[in-house]
Amino acid sequence: MYRIVNKEALKPTVILYEIEAPMVAKKAQPGQFIILRVDENGERIPITIHDYDREKGTVTIIVQTVGATTEKLSHKQAGEYLQDFVGPLGKPTETEGKKKVCVVGGGVGCAIAYPVLKKFHDSGAEVHAVVGFKSKDVVILEDKFRAAASVLKICTDDGSYGQKGLVTQALQELLDAGNVYDEIFAIGPMVMMKFVSKTTEPYGIPTTVSMSPIMIDGTGMCGGCRLSVGGEMKFACVDGPDFDGHKVDWDLAVKRNQMYRDFEAHKYEEACNLFKQEVK
Amino acid sequence: MPNMSLKKNPMPNQAPDVRNKNFDEVALGYTEEMAIDEAKRCLNCKNPKCVNGCPVNVRIPEFIGKVAEGKFDEAYGVITSTNSLPAICGRVCPQENQCEGQCIRGIKGEPVGIGRLERFVADYHNAQGHRGGAPAKPEKNGHRVAVVGSGPAGLTCAGDLARKGYDVTVFEALHLAGGVLVYGIPEFRLPKAIVQKEVSRLEYFGVKVVTDTVVGRTITVDELMDEMGFEAVFIGSGAGLPMFMDIPGVNYKGVLSANEFLTRINLMKAYKPDSDTPIIRPKKVAVVGGGNVAMDAARCAKRLGAEVYIVYRRGMEELPARREEVEHAIEEGIIFKTLNNPVEIFADENDNVNKIRCIRMELGEPDASGRRRPIEVQGSEFDIDVDCVIMALGTSPNPLIKSTTKGLEINKKGGIVVNEEGLTSRQGVYAGGDAVTGAATVILAMGAGKLGAKSIDEYLSAK
Repeated sequence: MYRIVNKEALKPTVILYEIEAPMVAKKAQPGQFIILRVDENGERIPITIHDYDREKGTVTIIVQTVGATTEKLSHKQAGEYLQDFVGPLGKPTETEGKKKVCVVGGGVGCAIAYPVLKKFHDSGAEVHAVVGFKSKDVVILEDKFRAAASVLKICTDDGSYGQKGLVTQALQELLDAGNVYDEIFAIGPMVMMKFVSKTTEPYGIPTTVSMSPIMIDGTGMCGGCRLSVGGEMKFACVDGPDFDGHKVDWDLAVKRNQMYRDFEAHKYEEACNLFKQEVK
Repeated sequence: MPNMSLKKNPMPNQAPDVRNKNFDEVALGYTEEMAIDEAKRCLNCKNPKCVNGCPVNVRIPEFIGKVAEGKFDEAYGVITSTNSLPAICGRVCPQENQCEGQCIRGIKGEPVGIGRLERFVADYHNAQGHRGGAPAKPEKNGHRVAVVGSGPAGLTCAGDLARKGYDVTVFEALHLAGGVLVYGIPEFRLPKAIVQKEVSRLEYFGVKVVTDTVVGRTITVDELMDEMGFEAVFIGSGAGLPMFMDIPGVNYKGVLSANEFLTRINLMKAYKPDSDTPIIRPKKVAVVGGGNVAMDAARCAKRLGAEVYIVYRRGMEELPARREEVEHAIEEGIIFKTLNNPVEIFADENDNVNKIRCIRMELGEPDASGRRRPIEVQGSEFDIDVDCVIMALGTSPNPLIKSTTKGLEINKKGGIVVNEEGLTSRQGVYAGGDAVTGAATVILAMGAGKLGAKSIDEYLSAK
């Protein structure tokens, strides 16, 4: 069992959890993920690591409430326990030897973009950042991004904050302005990562994406997380989660992630109804 | 006088039409009378070939003799002196290729039902508990050993070492101990309560089981030895990444590995309504492959309500699965499309699988493995309408440990290289089971775990 040391709602549906897991905290690096189970009947879900404190022995994750499991998680309070918390899984993001990079984050993906951005910054690179959100009320981590990025572009779909439009437009503007990057790192919804990759492809800029396919064990056993990358079969849990965005077969990845959509929608409804009943 | 019946006492089973709709155990087990009657079929050979056929050399005629006398507790003692997991072996060993395959009674008639008797003895013991008090706990010898993986190799190794007084810690990546015994083999073939009982027995003998710990990520083999003070490590991390066919359509929605399908069902209990883990509920399924894993996947799919085909490129005779599993699958209504090989998978406009194209095969000359090589019959392609394809084609070894352990020698196929004592290229590091051999059987992994324990004992005793 793993204790929730701290819980903070960054936004009503975007929640930060600091979990006591010394073994994981000792090894965690930006770009890696954990797998957690909320309770005895819970599913195993992969969540990318936001932060860690090796001395305190804690790992921080930021989770958006989007389905049954994250709904259940959101009802756990500080001081309560998670059934399982295993990691760090996957390979860390490689940040060495880059002079100038641009990190692109979308939605709650920004929670993961930040530690990668910070690592680029700490290893001496000049860092630009483009972060996108639906609207002003779900913008997270702005101060942190501002502190580590020399250029920060915030986009919202509805224009309620920053510039109106998609991250790809803002990225295009940076490229048009003559910025030359050694690497672009993108994390967020698959569709966003796909179009970031499409945007950078004509420029030949190496573009790394952090993939989050369907996964169960996370250790290279079930094969659920397989992707087609450059025509080869790759497993996100052991070969990734970072891949060359120009080589990922995006259409397939997007569709495979919807494999259990109906089931998930049904479970989410069930979970919501359950919690509503409890409130009554 | 021995019982000279040519046939084994049949195993009482759930009726096929009933059991193919539930996940309860298929075989119900012998009664005491059946067990004694079956035991009397053993001729107690002077030179018992069955013992040589057993990877852990259970003294078979001796334990069967005890069963014939009704001394079931003593029979249990005989078995467990060399086999620490009898309730499991009695259920999942391919006896026809091992002990029973060597049985003299099998020359004319059926061999003695050794597996069924082993199961009976273990179940009898488990139902009665420890009569005459709990078994003595071994005296600790002060040596610490780490075991990586809690599957059959790891559990056997840990059990043998703990009984000798070693302080053993087992590290398991998943949230439950048991490895393939819990994520792979279905409840209807091996109830998980039995696995849990065996794990508890090891804990009684002092074995510590640490779950949620991925060796190669959470901690490395080097750290186990250098920082945590383990003097020896046994790697029984099991098989790894599932293999898929290199055919068009293999990534469509509805194509999955048997490992994924079985893990969702067995480990995550996705067939139960209160489980949060999603599972597809296909109407028509093609399972590709002919081994035990293929049979398990097919029979699980059947229990979820699907019409199920096994597509296998060789013939019925060549199916590598345990014979009883094939018989049970046939009884349960699985349709065997043997001598067929998939060539392409098709999907609808949403990328959901809607059919699989196969080509007929015929058997040619024997290949390197000694089995007759399947050859495509030109122009014989045909389609089967399915909405799910499950690939049960074996696995390739897991890369996590080899990529994070300095100086660990690996063979061309990715398996860990060991000598005849189970020792790897690293001093104090031993390995066995699927991590060494690639996908094999529970009992072979147990044999390797046993060897590892013996070698570690010799190594640390001499230190």
